[in-house]
Amino acid sequence: MDWSLVLNWAFLVALLTSCVRLAMPLLLAVLGEIVTERSGVLNLGLEGVMAMGAVTGFMVAYYAGDAGLGAASPWLGLLAGMIAGMAMGLLMGWLSVTLKADQVICGITLVIFGQGLANYIYRQGFRSLAVNGPGMPSLPIPGLSRIPVLGPVLFDHQPTVYLAVLLTLLVWLLLTHTTWGLKIRAVGENPASADTSGVSVARVRYASLLIGTALAGLGGAVLTVVQLNLFREGIIAGRGWIAIALVIFASWRPWMALGGALFFGLADSVQYRIQALSQVALGARTIPYEFLLMLPYVLTLVALFIRSRSGRSEAPAALGRPYFMHRLQ
Amino acid sequence: MTEASPMSVTMADRRRRRRELATTIGSPLLGTFVGLLIGAVLILMAGANPLEVYSAMAAGAFGGKRQITETVLRASPILIIALGLMVAFRARVWNIGAEGQYFIGALAGGAVALLLPDLPLIVLLPAMLIAGAAGGILWALVAGLLKVRRGMSEIITTLMLNYIAVLFVQYMARGPLQETGGYLPQSAQFVDAARLPQLFGTRIHLGVLLAVLFVPIVYVLLWYTPLGFRLRAVGSRSSVARYAGINVNRVILFAMAFSGALAGLAGVVEVSAIHFRVKAEISVGYGFSAILVALLGRMHPVGVLVAALFFAGLTTGAEAMHVVSKLPVALASAIQAVVVLSVLVADALTHGSRD
Amino acid sequence: MGQTTDPIVQMRGIVKRFPGVVANAGIDFDLKAGEVHALLGENGAGKTTLMNILYGLYAPDAGQILLRGREVAISSPRAAITHGLGMVHQHFMLVQPFTVAENMILGQPSNREPLMENRAAVHKRLEALSEKYGLATNPAAPVWTLSVGEQQRVEILKALYRGADVLILDEPTAVLTPQEASDLLQILCRLAEEGKGVVFISHKLGEVLAASDRVTVLRDGKAVGTVPSHETDKQALACMMIGREVVLRVTKGPAHPTEPRLTLNGVRADNDRGLPALRDISLEVRAGEILGIAGVDGNGQRELEEVIAGLRPTTAGTIAIAGQTLVESTPRRAGQSGLAHIPSDRYRMGVLADFSVAENFVLERIGDPPFTRHGWLRWDAIRRDSSESVAAFDVRTPSVETPVGNLSGGNAQKLILARELARNPKVLLAAQPTRGLDVSAIEYVHHKLIEQRDAGMAILLISTELDEITALSDRIAVIYEGEIVAVMDGQQADVNDLGLFMAGQKRQDGKSIVERDRIKRREAE
Repeated sequence: MDWSLVLNWAFLVALLTSCVRLAMPLLLAVLGEIVTERSGVLNLGLEGVMAMGAVTGFMVAYYAGDAGLGAASPWLGLLAGMIAGMAMGLLMGWLSVTLKADQVICGITLVIFGQGLANYIYRQGFRSLAVNGPGMPSLPIPGLSRIPVLGPVLFDHQPTVYLAVLLTLLVWLLLTHTTWGLKIRAVGENPASADTSGVSVARVRYASLLIGTALAGLGGAVLTVVQLNLFREGIIAGRGWIAIALVIFASWRPWMALGGALFFGLADSVQYRIQALSQVALGARTIPYEFLLMLPYVLTLVALFIRSRSGRSEAPAALGRPYFMHRLQ
Repeated sequence: MTEASPMSVTMADRRRRRRELATTIGSPLLGTFVGLLIGAVLILMAGANPLEVYSAMAAGAFGGKRQITETVLRASPILIIALGLMVAFRARVWNIGAEGQYFIGALAGGAVALLLPDLPLIVLLPAMLIAGAAGGILWALVAGLLKVRRGMSEIITTLMLNYIAVLFVQYMARGPLQETGGYLPQSAQFVDAARLPQLFGTRIHLGVLLAVLFVPIVYVLLWYTPLGFRLRAVGSRSSVARYAGINVNRVILFAMAFSGALAGLAGVVEVSAIHFRVKAEISVGYGFSAILVALLGRMHPVGVLVAALFFAGLTTGAEAMHVVSKLPVALASAIQAVVVLSVLVADALTHGSRD
Repeated sequence: MGQTTDPIVQMRGIVKRFPGVVANAGIDFDLKAGEVHALLGENGAGKTTLMNILYGLYAPDAGQILLRGREVAISSPRAAITHGLGMVHQHFMLVQPFTVAENMILGQPSNREPLMENRAAVHKRLEALSEKYGLATNPAAPVWTLSVGEQQRVEILKALYRGADVLILDEPTAVLTPQEASDLLQILCRLAEEGKGVVFISHKLGEVLAASDRVTVLRDGKAVGTVPSHETDKQALACMMIGREVVLRVTKGPAHPTEPRLTLNGVRADNDRGLPALRDISLEVRAGEILGIAGVDGNGQRELEEVIAGLRPTTAGTIAIAGQTLVESTPRRAGQSGLAHIPSDRYRMGVLADFSVAENFVLERIGDPPFTRHGWLRWDAIRRDSSESVAAFDVRTPSVETPVGNLSGGNAQKLILARELARNPKVLLAAQPTRGLDVSAIEYVHHKLIEQRDAGMAILLISTELDEITALSDRIAVIYEGEIVAVMDGQQADVNDLGLFMAGQKRQDGKSIVERDRIKRREAE
C-alpha cells in the first residue's frame, strides 16, 4: 500500500473537511433527540422523521429552484424539512403524551410510517427517479478560512454547518441556563414533582418533541438538500437509529453529541476514501465495499458497548414512561 | 364486592370478558377502517378514485386462484416472522432485527444447499431448515447477550445488526458464494433436492404449511407451558417476575432466540421455495412488515394470521393496481403504516397503556 | 397556638368519584388562619383526595371551595400556588439531581427570562426564609445528598418560597424518627403562630392530639365530625375513625421460640449506587418468634429485604435459611430453602396487575406439580388450588379469573399472604406488610402473623410503623444506617429509647457517635 497517498496534508484536509460535513445531519438529529429525551419522551421515530424531513426538504428546494427562487430555494427546503419534522413530532406527541400509548411501539410504527409516506410522496412528486436538486454553495468565512489546514476544515463550509454548531450552543444554553431548560429536565427526572410545582408536563413534553423533531427534520433535509442533492428510498440509511444510540453515548449532553457526531463523520469520511484508495492502491486485493459500509453500524455497537455498564445509567429517570396525571402513588 | 363463590364464572366475569373481546377485535377493526379511510385521502390527493383503486386492490389480492396464491405466498414469510416476534414482544423484548436474522438464516440454509448438493432431499431439506433457524438464533443471540450482559438496548443493537447482516449477505452473494462464471451478485442455483416441494400441483409450497403449523404451536407455547407463562409474566412486569423467582435473563434470551429462529427459518424457506439462490433481493422488508403485523394482530396467533393475510393482500393488491392505474406500489406501505397507527390510536383510546 | 379568625379555606359539599368508589361523599371542611388542623382517618378514608382537590390536582364532581370568603375554581397546582396554597406530599416531590435552589425556582417566573435567576440572589432569599421559620438547609446541595428530614424541610420551604399562606402536609411524620417528628410538629406550630393555616393529614392518633388545634375525622368518604383537640382523646377518635369499638392493642400470648431458622452473619451489601447499605449485620430469627426490625425508612431496610430474598448480592457475610447456607442466593433458591416473602411494594414486587388471581397465586410455583404435569400447564389444578386458598384467606374477588389490578390493596395483600403460606415455608419475611391497607385488612394481617408465629413459624418483620413493631414483635432490633444498633425484648421496649436508637443518637454496644463517624469517614476513602 502506498502510504504517501494518505499521509499528506491534502488528503488529511479533505478527510477532515468532509468529516465535518458528513457529521451535520447526524448532529442535528442527536441534538433534537437529546432535548426530547431530557423531558422523558423516548422518540424512536427519528429515522422516519428524518425521512420525512429529507423528502419534504428536497421537494421544496427542487421546485423552488425550478420556480426561479435561486439562492433562497435550499433555505426554503430546509425550512420545509423542519416543518415536516414538527408535523411528525405533533403526531408522536399526540400518541405518546396525550393518548399515553407505549412509546416504543409508537416510535417503531412512526419509523415505518415516515419511511413509507416519504417514499410515496417522492414517487408522486417525481415521475422519473434520479433527480438532482439545486444544492447549496459553500460560505467560507473571510480571513479565517485561509488558515492552513484548520481554515478549510473549520471555516469553509456551507452555512448549515455553522448553523448546526450554533444550534449545539443554543441547545446547551437552553438546557443548562434557562427556566425552560429547568422545566424540561425536571419533567424528565420527576414529572410528578414538576406537576405539583405548577409545570404542565404535557406542554413541556410536546414542546420538547417539537424541538426535537424540528431538528431531526432539519437534519434529514440537510442530508438531501445540502449534502447529497438527491433523494432515494432508504437514503437515511440508519442515521436516525445511530442518532438514538449516540444520545446514550453522549450522556444526553449537547457538546458530547458534537464530539460523537464528528467521530461518526470521520468514520464515514474514512470509509469513502478507503474505498477509492484501496481500489487504486491495493490492486487486486480490495476491501469489499460492503464491509466499509458496515463501519458506522459496527461503530455504533462498539460505542454503545463502551458506554454500557451494569448499574445506574445517566438517563433521565422518567425516560420512556408516560405520565399519568395526578396518579400520586 | 360480591361474595360469589370463586369457583363459578360469574356474571361480572362474563361481562368483562365480552368487553375485552370487543376491544380486542373492535379496535383493530376500527383502526383498519380509519386507516383505509386515510388511505383513501392519499389516493384522492394522487388524483385517483379511491373506490376504484380499492376494488382493484381487492381483486388483485383475492380475486382469483392465482391472486389468492400470490397473496398466500407473500403472507407466509411474514406470518412466520411475525409469530416469532409476537412471542418476543410478549416478553417486551423488542426484536427489530428480524430482517437481519432472516438474511442470516437464508445465508446459512443456502450455504448448506450449495456446499452439500449431493445429499438426498430427505436429509438436505431438514438440514437447510435447521441451519437457517440456527443462523437466525445465533444472530439474534448477539443482541440478546449484549442486552443481558451489558444492558444494551436490543432495539438499537438488533437494528445495527440488521444493516450488518444485509450487507454481509450481499458480500457473500457477490463474492465467495457467487455463481462461477456469472456476473450477477447471486449464488448458483440450488439443486432440485434443495428446493421445497410444492403441494398438490399448486404453487403453494411446504413452507406455507410450516407457517400455518406455527400458529397453534405458538398458541400452546404461550398459554399452556410454564415457559410461556414466565415469558408473559416478564412482559407484564419484569420486576415482579424477578421477585417471583423467574430467571428474567434466561427468558429474555429465549425470546430473542425463538424470534430469531423463526425469522431465520422464514429466510431459508423463501430462498428454498422461491428464489433458489442466495442473493441480495430476497426480502421486500418482510422483517419490518412482520413487526407491524405482530402489533396489528394484537400479539395473538390468530390475530397475527389474519393481519399477515391482510398485509400481504395490500401489497399484492397494490402491485396489481399499479399496473392498472400507475399509482406507486409504495402506496401500500403507506396505507399499512397508517392502518397500524390508527389501530394504535384506537387501542390507546379504548384502554390506555400500562406502566 | 394560633388565633381563631374567619376561615381562610372553606370546602363545602365536596364530592369526588373514582371508578368503583366514592372517595369523597359530600365533605365540609374549613381551615382558619393561624390554626393547625388535623385531618384524621384510616387508609382509604378520602383525606388525601380531599386535599388533592384543594391543591388542584383533582377536580371535584360537586361542591365549592372558598378562599378568604370568595369562591374559587382551582384547576391545577399552578392555580393553587397562585392562590397561596402549598402542599407537601407523602412521597417527596423533589427533583433529586437538582440542587435545593433549583427545586425552589422550578416553575417560578424568573426576573430575567428566559435565563434562570441569578443563583446568589436565590440563595440569599432562601437563607432568609430558612432563618425566619427555623428550617435549616443548604441551598447549593443536591437534593439526593440530603437526609429524609432535610428533604422534608426543603419541601416546606418550597411552599413558603412560593408565598403560601396555607400549608397542607400529607402524612408528614411517616418517614421521620420520633424526635424528628416532634421537631416537625413544633415547626408546624411556629408556622401557625406566624399566621399560616396548616392542615396535616395523619392516621396517627398520638401526634394528632399533640400537635393540632382541631381534628376533622373522615370515614368512608364522609366527615364524621370536627372537634377541638383538647376536648377529645385517642379512644374517641379511634371510634370516630372506625365506627366501632377498636381494640388498640393486639392480644398475643408469650412466644415459645425454638431453633434458629434464619441466621445472618456479618452481612454486608451495597445499595444501587455502590455505596455500603448494610454494614456487618448479624441477626437470628427462631421458630415461633417474631423479630421486628425497627427503623426510619432508608436506613437499609430495602437492601436487607432484598439480600435475604436473594435479590441483592452480599459483599461479605453469610445467610442461612433453615440451616442451609445460601451461596449466591437467588429468589428461587431462597424460596426452595423455605423462605416466604411478603414484599414491601405490592405492585412492583408482589403481584402482576394484568394477570388473574389464580395466575398470581401460582406465580412462583408455576413449573411445579400439580400446576405443571409432563410439561403442560394444568389450568384445572391452578383454578382449584387458588379457589381454595382464596376462600380460606377471605380474599374478596368476583372470581379467580379477575385481574389482580381490580382488587383492593387489602385483598391483593391477602392473596400474597395466601400464596406465600401455601408454600409451607419455614421462614416468613414480611416487609411493610400493612402499608396502605385499611384497618380491617391490617387487623387481618396482624392476626395471621401472630397465628403463624404460634404455629411455630419464624417471622422477620420489617416495618417503619413503630406501633406495628411494638405490637407484634417478641424481639426488636433497630437498624440505623445499615447497622443493627440495638436488640431488645419486645415487651420491655421503651418507645423513647427506640426513638433514640432509630435516630442514631444512641447505640447499645456503647460505641460513641464520634467513633462511628470516624469509621464511616474511613470507609468513604
